[in-house]
Amino acid sequence: MSGTVESGGKVLGGLGADGGGGGKGNGGGQLVARGLGVFARQREATVLVVTVALLLYFGISHNSTFVTQTNAVDLLSEIMAPIAIIAIGEVLLLICGEIDLSVGFIYTLAPFVTLYAVDDYHVPAFLAIILGLLAGVVAGWVNGFITVTLGVPSFITTIGTGFVMEGLALTFSHAEPSPTPPSVLSAGKWLGVPGNPWQWAPFVWAVVLVLIFHVVLTRTRFGLYTISAGGNLLGAREAGINVGRIKYGNFMITGFMGALVGLQTALYTNNVDPSAGGYQPMFYAVIAAVIGGTAMLGGSGTILGAFLGAIVLATLTDGFDIIGVSSNPLPIIFGGAILVAMIANVQLARLRGSGRSL
Amino acid sequence: MTAQDPGTQPSAGDGPAPGEVLRVEHISKRFGAVTALRDINLHLERGEVLALLGDNGAGKSTLMKTICGFQQPDTGRIIVNGQETVLKSVEHARSLGIDIVYQDLALIPGLSVYHNMFLNREKLHWPLLNNREMRRVAREHLEEMGVNIPSVNVSVARLSGGQRQAIAVARAVFEDAKILLLDEPLAAMGVKEGAMILDLVRDLKRRGDVSVIIIAHNYGQVFDVCDRVNLVQQGEITFDKPSRDTSVEELTEIVVAEYRKALQERHGAA
Repeated sequence: MSGTVESGGKVLGGLGADGGGGGKGNGGGQLVARGLGVFARQREATVLVVTVALLLYFGISHNSTFVTQTNAVDLLSEIMAPIAIIAIGEVLLLICGEIDLSVGFIYTLAPFVTLYAVDDYHVPAFLAIILGLLAGVVAGWVNGFITVTLGVPSFITTIGTGFVMEGLALTFSHAEPSPTPPSVLSAGKWLGVPGNPWQWAPFVWAVVLVLIFHVVLTRTRFGLYTISAGGNLLGAREAGINVGRIKYGNFMITGFMGALVGLQTALYTNNVDPSAGGYQPMFYAVIAAVIGGTAMLGGSGTILGAFLGAIVLATLTDGFDIIGVSSNPLPIIFGGAILVAMIANVQLARLRGSGRSL
Repeated sequence: MTAQDPGTQPSAGDGPAPGEVLRVEHISKRFGAVTALRDINLHLERGEVLALLGDNGAGKSTLMKTICGFQQPDTGRIIVNGQETVLKSVEHARSLGIDIVYQDLALIPGLSVYHNMFLNREKLHWPLLNNREMRRVAREHLEEMGVNIPSVNVSVARLSGGQRQAIAVARAVFEDAKILLLDEPLAAMGVKEGAMILDLVRDLKRRGDVSVIIIAHNYGQVFDVCDRVNLVQQGEITFDKPSRDTSVEELTEIVVAEYRKALQERHGAA
């Protein structure tokens, strides 16, 4: 039995030793491990290698276009940040055994709440932004209520609430986009607007939220109970954990993240658009989570891994665009890349698993 | 109260204090047309290890669920530490020191051993967890209980069934359980693993303050560690002897007789 764990230790030790030898990904992993104390887990290390390899590939082969400030902003603030921020919520939900398919429509709806608060009710812009974020939290609460209290599986709950929110956004806007009010633009530039330095804001938000929620997941009671709820629901209940409250919390966090990204997009594009959001950002976030090592069946996952997953997806999107792959075959390459990443993940996990003597 | 000889094996240090910690009188429980418990009478002394044996469907599990507060009996009394008590819930029973350990239900696979030990009783450096302190206490406690695991930092998912069971038992004792119900503690376990759990039960017996009921259908496995054997048949306790007054052979004879009877009934009916 002790052999099991020893071999686990060897794997980790091996990683560290490799990193010293020059494997750039592992070296990076080791560095971060010192800082955060959690990075030595192999799951994250695998994604980290892929992330670094992709960045290196595009960085070296298309140096002049990839390694520029404009592209860095495109890649990190415009493409990566929304995926990473929503992925935080999805990771937490997946870990506790739920999912939110509606978060992309919370993204759609939240800017409208802000818009109408300003236009129709003359709410001060800053307050209207807060209301938009709160609307996301409320939407998350509704998802929690229907799932936890009324007992509908979250997969179904959030398909339903997603449609409702989509319909609300379309109805109120008459399917017409409108420009973001100037007062909101100036009151909300800390959320991210074009031009230096605020164009970096979405990226900074993503990094800060990832770090905060990484700590929440790994170093707080709430995080432990989230893992417990998904890892062994009955056992968690037996231990007296209020599992429902944990799930409510995670739905509300996810709703907040959806609203945040929606508002950021409305500010960044100067446009409140009923066709923004939808399923795509949600799917990107779920894929980022899963590529990052979060189990679809709950019980385990990491937010740092999802962050790396978001970088991988953003790098692929941005990189293929730069290489000049036309937009028609792009989904084929994209889908293929996701499948390869996931097959590698699953097979590696199987290899690791077979080392166990259970 | 029957004056039970405390501890059939010579124990080092302070022997188990005599005294009855649990008494169950005339308990019955029906589920619709099915009578799960007919008329159960059972008692448990301080520091005693009682084996509760019986075939599948004999009523062992129903009895255990009743004693751990999961469900109330239809009739009868439960007396805990000399006081008649209605066990309202699992939490209520736990607050009285009665805890049940299920093999796979107890632990969270994705969490480390020490987080599992402290589940819902975490030590905090608000708002963060005080992992260092939990690690230290968990390590000490497991060492004291003689539970051997490579490190308290490993996730429970990486441990064997026996190790998990040992940790679940250690956690219950850590949470001040005085009456420990072990539900099929050796199920799906190899010989070495099983021996580890039996050793843990022996250590508990040596401590003297924890009483244990082991639920098992394979009595050969648990016979050596228990002080007394109760046999449940069709919702009644039909056999109650100290283990030194009985043997595996005698128990086998009873079980075989039961099978023979069942066979005859089948053939008679056919």
